Amino acid sequence: MAGKIDVTEEMFAPAENNFLEAEKISRPTISYWNDVWRRLRANKLAMIGLVLIILLCLMAIFGPYMNGFTYYEQDFTKKNLEPNAEHWFGTDASGRDLFTRAWYGARISLFIGLMAALIDFVLGVVYGGISAISGGRTDNVMMRIAEVIYSIPYLLMVILIMVVLRPGIFPIIIAMTITGWIPMARLVRGQVLQLKENEYVQASKAAGAKLSWTLRKHLIPNSMGPILVNVTLTIPTAIFAEATLSFLGLGIQPPQASWGSLTSDALGSILIGNFYQLAIPAFLISLTMFAFNVLGDGLQDALDPKLRE
Amino acid sequence: MIMIRYILHRFMWAIITLWATITITFIIMHSIPGDPFAKEGTMTESMYENLQRYYNLDKPKIVQYVIYLKQVALLDFGPSIKSKTLTVNDYIEKGFPVSFHLGAQAMIIAIFFGLILGVIASLYRNRWPDYTSMIIAIIGISVPSFVLATLLINFLAVKWSFFPVATWKSWSHTVLPSIALAMMPLAYIARLMRTSMIEVLNQDYILTAKAKGLRKNAVIIKHAIRNALMPVVTVLGILTANVVTGSFVIEHIFGIPGIGEMFVKGIMNRDYPVILGSTVFYSAILIFLIFIVDVVYTWIDPRIKVTGASK
Repeated sequence: MAGKIDVTEEMFAPAENNFLEAEKISRPTISYWNDVWRRLRANKLAMIGLVLIILLCLMAIFGPYMNGFTYYEQDFTKKNLEPNAEHWFGTDASGRDLFTRAWYGARISLFIGLMAALIDFVLGVVYGGISAISGGRTDNVMMRIAEVIYSIPYLLMVILIMVVLRPGIFPIIIAMTITGWIPMARLVRGQVLQLKENEYVQASKAAGAKLSWTLRKHLIPNSMGPILVNVTLTIPTAIFAEATLSFLGLGIQPPQASWGSLTSDALGSILIGNFYQLAIPAFLISLTMFAFNVLGDGLQDALDPKLRE
Repeated sequence: MIMIRYILHRFMWAIITLWATITITFIIMHSIPGDPFAKEGTMTESMYENLQRYYNLDKPKIVQYVIYLKQVALLDFGPSIKSKTLTVNDYIEKGFPVSFHLGAQAMIIAIFFGLILGVIASLYRNRWPDYTSMIIAIIGISVPSFVLATLLINFLAVKWSFFPVATWKSWSHTVLPSIALAMMPLAYIARLMRTSMIEVLNQDYILTAKAKGLRKNAVIIKHAIRNALMPVVTVLGILTANVVTGSFVIEHIFGIPGIGEMFVKGIMNRDYPVILGSTVFYSAILIFLIFIVDVVYTWIDPRIKVTGASK
C-alpha cells in the first residue's frame, strides 16, 4: 500500500451548511456614491474645478501669512507699486500689500459663499421637508408664501436689507439667506413628493416603518444628489452677490477686504494705468465662479442616473 | 375659457406678490433706526415739524403704510428727500427710457447670440465649434458683469479708445454697457439651447422629418429649433430679472443716468422714498414680465394643459 492516507477525525465531520456563504457577493459592491465619484473623476473639467477649489481654499487659509505683511498695514512710501519681489501682487493706493489682501479677501469671499450655501441648505431642507411631508393645506400655504417671496428679485432684496443692516460679514450672510433659501426649499419639496410615491418607500411604510426611519433611510439619502448640486451652485451665486454688494459699497468695509471690494477699489486706479490692481481680484473671483460652476455641472451629470453605464 | 381663468388666476397672484413686495420693502425701510432729518443741525424745531408733516413721518406707521399703498396705487411715489425739487416720479420718468433702452438692447444681444451659439454648439457636438461656444458660455457665467465692465472700459475705452464711456449721449455709448450686461444671460441661453437642441435632435419626429426627405436646413429650422426654444422661453422671465438687477452695477460703473443709477445713488444718500419707489417700480416690472412669460408659455406650448387652480 503506497501512499498512506492520514485519516483524521475531522474528515468525517458533517459539512457546514452555510447558506449565508453561498449568497455572499463575491465582488466588492459599488455604492451609489462610489459610482458618482467614478463618473465625476472621468469628467476632466469638473476635476479641474475641484482641484482649483481645494487650491483656493488652501491659499485662503495660508496665503495671508505667506509674505509677512498684514492686510491692514499701510505704508505710504510704497503706494501703487507694481508686482515685485517684495510685494508679489504689488500694493494698493494706501500702500497695503495686495498679495495678503487678495488672499484675505479670498477667505472672506469663500467664507460668505460657504456659509450662505450652508444656511440656505439647512433652511431649505427643513422648510421644504416639512411642507412636503405635511401635504395638503399646510403644504399649499407654505409653498404660496415661498412663491411670493421668490418673486421678489433676489439682489434687490439683498441690497435693500444691507441698507438697513450695518455692513459686515454676518449682515451680508443674513441678507443673502433671508430670501436665498427658497429655491432649495422648492427643490427639496419636489424631491420628497416624488420619492414619497415610490414603491420602496410605500413598502417600507407598509412594513411599519416610522417616519423617522423613512426619512433617514430613504428620503434623505435619495434626495441628496440634486441638493448637493444646488448647494455647489449656490456658492458662486453667493460669492457673486457679496462681490456686487461690496462693489456698491454696501458689503465689506475697509480695512477688511473681499474680492468685490478689491475690484471696486481698483476701479479708480485703472484710469492711471494700475491695471494689475483690478486684474488680480477680478481674475480670482472669475476663477472661483468658474471652478464652482464646472464642479456643479459635473456633479449634475455624474448624479444623473440616465447617464449611468 | 379655461385660458381666461388661468390668466386671471396668474394675474391675481401677480398683484398679491406685488403687494407683498411693497409691504416688505416698506417694513424694511421703516425699520431703519433714526430719521433722515436728524443729521441737519441748523434746523429749527418748527422746520423739523413741518418736514415731518410733509413726509407724513409724524403719523403712526400703519397710517403711513396705508397712505403709501394708496399713493402707489395711483402711481405716485412721493417726493425725494434729498432733492428739493424733484419727485421720485420725475426720476423714474427721466431714468426709465434710458434703462429700458439699455436693458432691451442687452436682452436682444443675449437672445440673438445666445441662440446662435447654442444651435451651432448642438449641430457640431463635440467638435471645435461646440467647444468654442461652450468656452464662451462658461466665461460668460464665470466672469461677473462688473468685472467684465471694468475690463471692457480698461481695454476698449481707455487703452484703445474704440468706444467712449462715462456718459449716455450717442449709440456708441450704449455698446459697452449693453455687452457687459448681456454676457451672463447670453451664456445661460447658449447652454440651455444646446442641451435642449441635443435632446430635440434625438426625437423620433426629427428622424421622421429627415426620412420624408426634408432638407437639412428645413429640419433644423422648422422642427428642431422651434421645439428646442420652449425651455429658453421659460427662463426668459428670470433672465430679464437678472438683466434688470444687473443694470444697477452696470449703470453705476458707466455713469448711465438710468433707474439703476438712481437706485444706487438713493442708497448712498439714504434717500428712502427714492429707494422705496425704485424697488417697487422694479418689482412691478419684473412681476409683470414673469406674468407675461407664464402666459405666453402656456399659449405657445400646446403640451401644457391649463388646469385652473392647481399648478
